[in-house]
Amino acid sequence: MPNLKDLRVRIDSVKSTQKITSAMKMVAAAKLRRAQDQAEAARPYSERMDRMLGSLFEGLPTGAGGPELLAGNGKDDVHLLVVMSSDRGLCGGFNSSIVRGAVRIIRRLLDDGKEVKVLCVGRKGRDILRRDFRSLILDTFQDLGRKRLSFADAQTVSDRVLTMFEAGEFDVCTIIYNRFQSAMTQIVTPQQLIPFKANDASPANDAGNDEAAGDSQKAVYEFEPDEKEILEDLLPRNLSVQLFRALLENAASEQGARMTAMDSATRNAGEMIDDLTITYNRTRQAFITKELIEIISGAEAL
Amino acid sequence: MADTVEFELVAPEELLFSEPVELVVVPGAEGDFGVLPGHSPLISTLRTGVIAVYENDSVNRRIFVSGGFAEVTPERCTVLADEAVALESANRSDVEARVKTDREALESAADDDKESAAAALAVSEALLLALDTAGQA
Repeated sequence: MPNLKDLRVRIDSVKSTQKITSAMKMVAAAKLRRAQDQAEAARPYSERMDRMLGSLFEGLPTGAGGPELLAGNGKDDVHLLVVMSSDRGLCGGFNSSIVRGAVRIIRRLLDDGKEVKVLCVGRKGRDILRRDFRSLILDTFQDLGRKRLSFADAQTVSDRVLTMFEAGEFDVCTIIYNRFQSAMTQIVTPQQLIPFKANDASPANDAGNDEAAGDSQKAVYEFEPDEKEILEDLLPRNLSVQLFRALLENAASEQGARMTAMDSATRNAGEMIDDLTITYNRTRQAFITKELIEIISGAEAL
Repeated sequence: MADTVEFELVAPEELLFSEPVELVVVPGAEGDFGVLPGHSPLISTLRTGVIAVYENDSVNRRIFVSGGFAEVTPERCTVLADEAVALESANRSDVEARVKTDREALESAADDDKESAAAALAVSEALLLALDTAGQA
């Protein structure tokens, strides 16, 4: 029969765990709100950027090579994968699902005989990836946007990627991040950045296109200085913007995942407390009954 | 034809300005250009400088930009700024502090970082200059 005191101690400990998880849930909810606001605020820039790139592509003579960031360097041998995860744990399946997605891509590329290099953003993803692919990981960015993600954070990452690309260290760059669907669902999304593909799947595109539809889209633009130079300025910028967008989505997803995980942890703790309380009460009752029996049979024996 | 042009100023982290204006003067890479309604379509890079928004033939608002891109259509003028500071709301001592930290950063920077530190300093000095010029005007 379980000891009454042990039961009491367990109930207390589960109760305090429950307090922690419910506090974490509320913190995550607040952070999620902030992350969503930020993602919302950053949207206009990337929309306009998409629109401007669209106009530039229209003006570009078809078939022309264009800058390497756009057209690629003609090779497909070395792949760079930027894996975005979180710095902290306790956020449910967030990191493991992103790593699972990354591992699948890495294996496929390796099977095809390509060379793979990995840049990690966030400590947790690196920790898991390191078990299997230690030799592939080049570097890790940590503590990005600890307080608040800024565009400068995205630029540190994109600077690194650009330097590597210019040095010819890789041919194709793909980022993999968790796209924020809702607090419950995050979708692991790979997105190819170099060579640049206009992504029509992104939700940000729709609003921008609606608005632009009424304008004189077909207009022929003048370019100052000229198309090529603008494109050379705009493409690295676009890389930062895409990375920034992914970082923001990822941050919102992380908080969403954490909120959901902590919510179910709180609920599980509640159930456990109920179970333990019932056991506790039954045990106490059993003890009392046992003592009564002892007294009565003692009295009868006299 | 409408007598205003839709002017939008966006920084990477937020939409700063979006309203119809009569005239806006933008510091293009190859010289300032004014945008009135019906401007021919243009895409240009920007240099560090000040965007001036006009209302009733006088400057209504000045915004410092450190660089970026502008897209102009007959109805619209969109500026994607790398960094933008409204000069009315900027505080001179804050800007001075920023120039100072940037200058110190340049002095202590390693050789690899010299270039970017120098660029940051150039931007903050330009901002200070812009602030002073705006104050006199």
